[in-house]
Amino acid sequence: MEPFRRHTAIAVPYDQPNVDTDQIIPARFLRRKRSSGFASFLFHDLRQDEQGRENPDFILNKPAYRKAGILVADNTFGSGSSREQAAWSLVDYGIRSVVASSFGDIFYNNSFKNGLLPVRLADDIVRGLRAQLHATPGSQMTIDLEEQVVIGPKGDRYPFEIEPFRKRCLMLALDDIGITLEYEKQIAAFEQTYKGRRPWVAR
Amino acid sequence: MAPRTLFEKVWDDHTVLVRDDGQTLLYVGRHLAHDGSYHAFDFLKARKMKVRRPDLTYATPDHGVSTATHDLASITDPEQLEVVRALTANSAEHGVMLFDLDDDRQGIVHVVGPEQGITLPGLVMTCGDSHTSTHGALGALAFGVGASDVYHVLATQTTWQKKPKAMRITVEGKRPAGVTAKDIILAIIGKIGTNGGNGHVIEYAGSTIRSLSIEERLTVCNMSIEAGARAGMIAPDDTTFAYIEGRPFAPKGADWKRSVDYWKTLPSDSGATFAREVALDAAALAPMVTWGTSPEDVAAVTDVVPDPARETDADRRAAMQSNLEYMGLKPGTPLSQVPIDRVFIGSCTNARIEDLRAAAKIAKLGKVKVPSWVVPGSSLVKKQAEQEGLDQVFRKAGFEWRESGCSMCVGMNGDVVAPGQRCASTSNRNFRGRQGRGSRTHLMSPEMAAASALAGRIADVRDYLKRV
Repeated sequence: MEPFRRHTAIAVPYDQPNVDTDQIIPARFLRRKRSSGFASFLFHDLRQDEQGRENPDFILNKPAYRKAGILVADNTFGSGSSREQAAWSLVDYGIRSVVASSFGDIFYNNSFKNGLLPVRLADDIVRGLRAQLHATPGSQMTIDLEEQVVIGPKGDRYPFEIEPFRKRCLMLALDDIGITLEYEKQIAAFEQTYKGRRPWVAR
Repeated sequence: MAPRTLFEKVWDDHTVLVRDDGQTLLYVGRHLAHDGSYHAFDFLKARKMKVRRPDLTYATPDHGVSTATHDLASITDPEQLEVVRALTANSAEHGVMLFDLDDDRQGIVHVVGPEQGITLPGLVMTCGDSHTSTHGALGALAFGVGASDVYHVLATQTTWQKKPKAMRITVEGKRPAGVTAKDIILAIIGKIGTNGGNGHVIEYAGSTIRSLSIEERLTVCNMSIEAGARAGMIAPDDTTFAYIEGRPFAPKGADWKRSVDYWKTLPSDSGATFAREVALDAAALAPMVTWGTSPEDVAAVTDVVPDPARETDADRRAAMQSNLEYMGLKPGTPLSQVPIDRVFIGSCTNARIEDLRAAAKIAKLGKVKVPSWVVPGSSLVKKQAEQEGLDQVFRKAGFEWRESGCSMCVGMNGDVVAPGQRCASTSNRNFRGRQGRGSRTHLMSPEMAAASALAGRIADVRDYLKRV
């Protein structure tokens, strides 16, 4: 996973509310190996018709947005299935950050494990950003994780909240397991008392 | 100690440590794996790690398995075949208990857990599937997680979580005829929305919930994720204990008494506070059916397709128009006049024995007018149904009787609804393309789906119940 500090890129407005992870990547692509790359599956059934032809109306297929690296959505982005492949397909495509007023909890969590930064901003701000992006297609935005601020296409700044733990992991591209293994002593000690308290759990 | 909720008690009991920044390392009492856990095993392998506690993971193939037969040869997609085979190999390599395709205990992981007594009150559980919330029906705190977190659980038997908030949904009143657990949860999602439970663990409470059987409670908790929640739970009670007692992986002997004593301390203390409270009157409910592309797009079967013109917010109106276009529905059409192309009775939401019994009761009344499938939730459910003669009832009515698996709920194994076709389905998601590219899904209860199969359109089960 790539560290995330400050990311400036073309931002694509994605107006649909409630984008479930089945939209982001259909189930039939989930069994590919992680190493095989997931970029081509991102929004697959919206980007292409059944014959594999590009849908010219789909926003990521429009010339201004093809190289988008930030996606500004509506509410409840990434709801539904826990498939982490949704995050994989976004980062593999080159989208390093999704801005929305709310996220599906599991998607939100999965994003951080893959160098993808989900940013929550108020509903009216998210709508305003999308309106600006529609007005000037292909314009750029910046997500500054260190400063915890989103810089809109016109330069306006919107601070955002993020848990310090997640921020640190993302900035240093730390992997959870490495961190957890530092607590091995505590885990082993817990395991002992748990076994005494709930002896019926282990087989 | 301050009064605590059910969820907080289970949370506290599994807390290994809390960091200064509030992140909690939770111990995972039992973990469930399925063929889709394959990426996580791959990550483990890449790092040359072992499963830390193989005795706390249970595995069964479900997503990619064929429901035509359980022979591996029936899995025609090479990728699915590889993944199902990998579960067998990984389970053997790491010493994980596996209920494989040739084992009666195989089934949809969320049906198998409770059925085998793997799911227990007071446990923190995880599984790499969003419908892990199902297990909360027995008083477990069960989180659906992604592949990286499955890997983390396999490697460390723990999971990092930020403490969710507690939410209580209280359902009171006697259910009218034809109103099932599925209708209750669909009505809840319609009321609070697919984002309504975001960041929360929902506790379902009230006299109506108490009166539900465990299988009905499983249906309610299953769709907590469709309400946006991190998990759903129901306080364990005598119904719970009676269900669990004697199941293969449940506590036995002296452990049984000890565990029940503990489980009895789990219900939320009086005076415990919830960040949010919602109430629902079950007596006012009717059988429900979805009309759109999100589970919150739901109405009573007696209602009509809603009109986007009445939506005041422009973005919402546009989204609704687009969804209705996808669904091929015109505003104002009575839902009970919408013709269907096929029926799917199955999934972790509604494929347990009580679901099949309820559907069979209706199936007895006629012949299906469209291709209709029954896919039992586990091989044991299938066997039980066959002992009761339910398979014969379904077959006689023209239903196809299949092997257990996730099947047409997620369509990964090739069981799909054709583009543009409309399916009456007992599953949990009516997302665009969920049941296959271009598929149109209407979610409903098993008896509603059975009635719809006989009618060839979305039917009100109450018209059939009169004849039972």
